[in-house]
Amino acid sequence: MTTQAPRFWRSIPQRYNLSGTHCKRCDEYFFPPRNLCPNCRRGSHLEEYTFKGTGSVVTFTTIYNATEDFEKLTPYNLAIIQLDEGPKVTGQVVSSSKDIKIGMRVRPVFRILGKEGDRGIIYYGTKFAPLMEPSCEDEKR
Amino acid sequence: MRSVSIIGVGCTKFGERWDVSLRDMIAEAGVLAIDDAEISGEQIDALYVGNMSGGRFVEQEHIGALIADCAGLSRLHVPSTRVEAACASGGLALRQGILAVASGYSDIVIAAGVEKMTDVSSGTAADALAAAADREWECFFGATFPALYAMMARLHMRRYGTTHDQMAAVAVKNHHHACYNPIAQYQMEISIEDVSRSPMVADPLHILDCSPISDGAAAVVLAPTEMAKKLSENPIKVAASAQASDTLALHDRRDLTTLDATVHAGRAAFTQAGIEPRMVDVAEVHDCFTIAEILAIEDLGFVEKGQGGKATEEGLTALGSSLPVNTSGGLKACGHPVGATGIKQAYEIALQLRGEAGRRQVDEAEVGLAHNVGGSGGTALVHIFTR
Repeated sequence: MTTQAPRFWRSIPQRYNLSGTHCKRCDEYFFPPRNLCPNCRRGSHLEEYTFKGTGSVVTFTTIYNATEDFEKLTPYNLAIIQLDEGPKVTGQVVSSSKDIKIGMRVRPVFRILGKEGDRGIIYYGTKFAPLMEPSCEDEKR
Repeated sequence: MRSVSIIGVGCTKFGERWDVSLRDMIAEAGVLAIDDAEISGEQIDALYVGNMSGGRFVEQEHIGALIADCAGLSRLHVPSTRVEAACASGGLALRQGILAVASGYSDIVIAAGVEKMTDVSSGTAADALAAAADREWECFFGATFPALYAMMARLHMRRYGTTHDQMAAVAVKNHHHACYNPIAQYQMEISIEDVSRSPMVADPLHILDCSPISDGAAAVVLAPTEMAKKLSENPIKVAASAQASDTLALHDRRDLTTLDATVHAGRAAFTQAGIEPRMVDVAEVHDCFTIAEILAIEDLGFVEKGQGGKATEEGLTALGSSLPVNTSGGLKACGHPVGATGIKQAYEIALQLRGEAGRRQVDEAEVGLAHNVGGSGGTALVHIFTR
């Protein structure tokens, strides 16, 4: 069960912030953070990096039949999002299933991901929402 | 390294087997394979069994010792090992058995697979299967297996113009093949409309795009090829055994419409066997979802990238055409007891190459291929067999 997942998962900082690593040697960004860059391995020069959080939908689905933990949420959108710095992540997109499109720009939002019953632990994490970027029309005004 | 052959095969009926237990099924498949090989228990040097999640499905681990016990081999103290690679557990057990014989450590080895999945609710089964994905970075956010393949399908449709009708054609074909397979779970025809009108699971995949939850077990008996010639009238030679891995999470892959593990295992297998994809007469590929068969025939090199949907729609992979794919009915219609699937694929290919596949027999089949995938493509195994 996802909601019976090891509770230390809750204390993983990357649950709440899109923070990862950047290899200064090859300039690749990683999320979640890595201890070794797969390109440079022992020659890695990794630094912590907090992602801007904005990205684009690479592909998506609308889930109608979920595992027990997510049954009450159905239907919900799940997408693979490419962050602007390069890495891809899996996350829910909070929008109507009619609005979501490949290439759609998104931003991260902080949301409840699950609960252990009415009195149990609440799990928080990142979801994504459509990004309303100022269009050229807006700038002219 | 020694050449390895299959000298016996056995498989239970696949489906909702509420009348039998995991133990009953493994004993049934094992006895069928041993009978087929005409060997005795004393000759068996080792056992390997593929099982994904006995712990979640029947609350039983330690499946290695269990199958030796159920097969009546406990007093012979035969070494028995359980291996796990999610839905590729069976293929992995086969490869471990082949390696044991090829190395010279063992002569006669049984490679088996078993899964009893219908004793739990569908929600529990879905969650147990979701453990094959990246629990921390996919499932935590609500990913399910159909959802991961749905996202591959969506991108394949966008890039290559693949249609849902083309995906549905995979299910229609595999159900048709299953009608000729007495062990298949669904021996019934379905239409494109049946697939399109079935409930949506994860858009664009409907329930009839998905392989079912199943019970079943299968076993094969392996021997060194030299010995096999003496023991068997119709040994099937293992011409290649290859395995490859990739990232656990789909989102970390190089390309979301290619299973690189399949590409790498496929290339390695064709090199080992010294053949080209076009020389394969019959193939069992991992169609856990309809889109998965389309990806498989592309990634194995049977058709060009992006042409899998069109090729299926045109009937190139149906019985009677140049490359019949999933004559057993595949995971879709024969059923998908995850640990057993990889062994059932070898069972089907062995029957085809021996000319014992009945109404689904491929004429003059001499070269067969089995392709087994774990998770969304974190593991892939490709085996090539010849007469």
